[in-house]
Amino acid sequence: MAIPLSYNVRNLAVRKTTTVMTALGIALTVAVLLAAFSLVEGLRTTFEGSGHPLNVLLTRKGSDSELSSNFPRSVFNDLKFKQGIAKNANGEPLASLEMVTVIMLSSEEFPEGANVNVRGVTPTGIEIREDCRLTSGRWFTPGRREVTVGSSVAKRYPTAHLGGKLKFGRGEWDVVGVYDSVQAARNSEMMVDLNQAAGDFERSEVLSSALIRATDEVARQALINDLEFDTRLNVKARTEKEYYALQTSSGDLVKYLGTFVAVIMAVGSCFAAMNTMYAAVARRSKEIGTLRVLGFSKVSIMLSFLIESLLLSILGGLLGILLVMPLNGITTGIGNFVTFSEVAFKLRVSPEIMMRGMIFALFMGAFGGLLPAFSAARKQILTALRQI
Amino acid sequence: MKFLSLIVKNCLRNRRRSFLTIASLAISLCLLGVMAALYYALFISNVPPKAQARRIVTRHKVSIVFQMPLYYREKIRQVPGVEEVMVWQWYGGVYKDSRDQRNFFARLGVEADKLFKVYQDYVLPEDQKQAFINDPAGCVVNKVLADRHGFKVGDKILIKGDIFPFDLDVTVRGIYTSTDFDDETLWFNFKYFENALRNSSRLAAGTFTMLAKSEADVPHICREVDAMFANSPTPTKTESEYTFGLSFLSFLGNIKVILMVICGAVTFTVLLIAANTMAMSVRERVKEVGVLKTLGFEKRTILWLILGESAVISMVGGLLGVLIAQGLCILIRQGPMIVQQTKTLSIGPPVFAALVGLSALIGVAAAVVPAWNASRSNIIDALRFTD
Repeated sequence: MAIPLSYNVRNLAVRKTTTVMTALGIALTVAVLLAAFSLVEGLRTTFEGSGHPLNVLLTRKGSDSELSSNFPRSVFNDLKFKQGIAKNANGEPLASLEMVTVIMLSSEEFPEGANVNVRGVTPTGIEIREDCRLTSGRWFTPGRREVTVGSSVAKRYPTAHLGGKLKFGRGEWDVVGVYDSVQAARNSEMMVDLNQAAGDFERSEVLSSALIRATDEVARQALINDLEFDTRLNVKARTEKEYYALQTSSGDLVKYLGTFVAVIMAVGSCFAAMNTMYAAVARRSKEIGTLRVLGFSKVSIMLSFLIESLLLSILGGLLGILLVMPLNGITTGIGNFVTFSEVAFKLRVSPEIMMRGMIFALFMGAFGGLLPAFSAARKQILTALRQI
Repeated sequence: MKFLSLIVKNCLRNRRRSFLTIASLAISLCLLGVMAALYYALFISNVPPKAQARRIVTRHKVSIVFQMPLYYREKIRQVPGVEEVMVWQWYGGVYKDSRDQRNFFARLGVEADKLFKVYQDYVLPEDQKQAFINDPAGCVVNKVLADRHGFKVGDKILIKGDIFPFDLDVTVRGIYTSTDFDDETLWFNFKYFENALRNSSRLAAGTFTMLAKSEADVPHICREVDAMFANSPTPTKTESEYTFGLSFLSFLGNIKVILMVICGAVTFTVLLIAANTMAMSVRERVKEVGVLKTLGFEKRTILWLILGESAVISMVGGLLGVLIAQGLCILIRQGPMIVQQTKTLSIGPPVFAALVGLSALIGVAAAVVPAWNASRSNIIDALRFTD
């Protein structure tokens, strides 16, 4: 027969200080792990939610980022009438030649300046990104030195507000609008007229990349194969989604560091939990003897102590989750080695992450409670009863 | 001091508890040690190795991904205090398979005849130096890197271009070691760039590395170079090579805050563990304290006995932790190079002192409340106490 759960709960409640201190130790360990996870999770949702499934991004073969890619205008002209590319209302192919570069803007967090992506596009480039909706102002006028900035850029960089002036390339640019997209990675960029930008950065013939829209999923795959195998073009074709997924690796260092720290802290917390449980076993020697006399088996005593340890760790896990909850939704930026610029994202404490934190806590409780539970079960009835 | 043996005896009476406490303190403190060592190396010590202290790097102000015109070299050379200027250019490229992280290492085109003047810490035989300088398609590689990939002098290395429209096909002419730290770099002759990009606007400098005549010249050279190009279409950012390396770190996020938060969380955890143990241990001994008081021990002595016990336990934990941390530092040094500081990471005397001091402090702080209560307990109550 099992010892009732209330026995464990009451025991934990009686030793308030010890319980709280041990649980807090576990809580902090869980919190460190979850903080790192929430950052990676935020990055992941930002990038995985970005990119249209039918969009195909073309870069130079061998190049993993738009920034290091060279895409000649002649190649673009060769491929824009390929079969499988969707057409807009006017019958023009939805293919956009683009130039990507980085500029430096100062923010409150980095007064020295952080890097931001500038994307030179034609009106087709805006059309193909129908998810980008203006929240204020207007799109840039082709042929003018005007920029429309993403909502994250507008928020994070004081100089990039509507009506402001930005200095890059060969002079000043007017900020005429702010756009926002559900595809969060786009909001960390700003868009300008392709030819103006290409002129400023002396790249009128060799640009960065092309974004094309396939008519449907079958056509998309055919298009990718067609372009990849055309050695004359020398381009790398991949879906826009894949390209963004690649950038999730920006959070790897934080993830590894966070996990490393949390695992080491967990070993320490395990020992602490073990200590607490051993003390509990020692102090309740008489009780254990009594329980045995009453007819509870060794197994049920072992289980009871193990459950008590798990309860302790659940308390710790809950506290840990509470500690990281305030992080949810905080916006921060991280350097992205693919775009060589800062990408803004929100930390996310998702239910899935909370589950992982809880499982982590339970492991600590199980490891910490196992040995003390064994020693409780092995106690001889008579010696246990006789102990003061 | 005469109570030291009593303190040690008290520590040993519940060996399992002391062991568990020490183990958990040691593990937490080893983490704190590594973090503190990192923090110290990155943000406090700020002492570049001797040969490096004179090196300065100029790059494009906006980002390292942009190039600067080659003629800047002649202008920079005019700046007083500059002994030598050398161009280097990041080639990037793909070696074998880019999906395997081990195949990633720095591949830099550099003016061969100047490399060994600017990098005086490089050690390699004179004939290898000359062979490298004379071969427009030659390269030198760091010994650690060469060992990892099995490069030998005379080997051909083929790297596929991504940033640049040509592939790299170079011969290993020398293998160098460094008296400072192993930078795991492949340097190839800049002539390769000149030949491959003839008449192209892309033939430019990624950075200029210069050697100052003395360390004192470094700050004013940085200022003067940047002032010279401040109003040009290609402004520059000039800083010591040491700071230049650190600037990559800020790209990874706010490392300073991350390290501080981790250290804070760990310290607090350690405090909790120690406090918990001492609370348990004192509680067990209420009766004993009553006996000691009956024998005539003063309040003060009892207070110190308990504080001392806690301090001894946490200092043993701290010392063990520092030892493990030193081991971890050695492991980190073997790992991939993120910044040069991780290649020379170690627990220095200041970090050591801070850690041991902190662990003693934690021990005392953890025991203050139980020790205070025990010393003030009433003899009769204490003797009558049953748990």
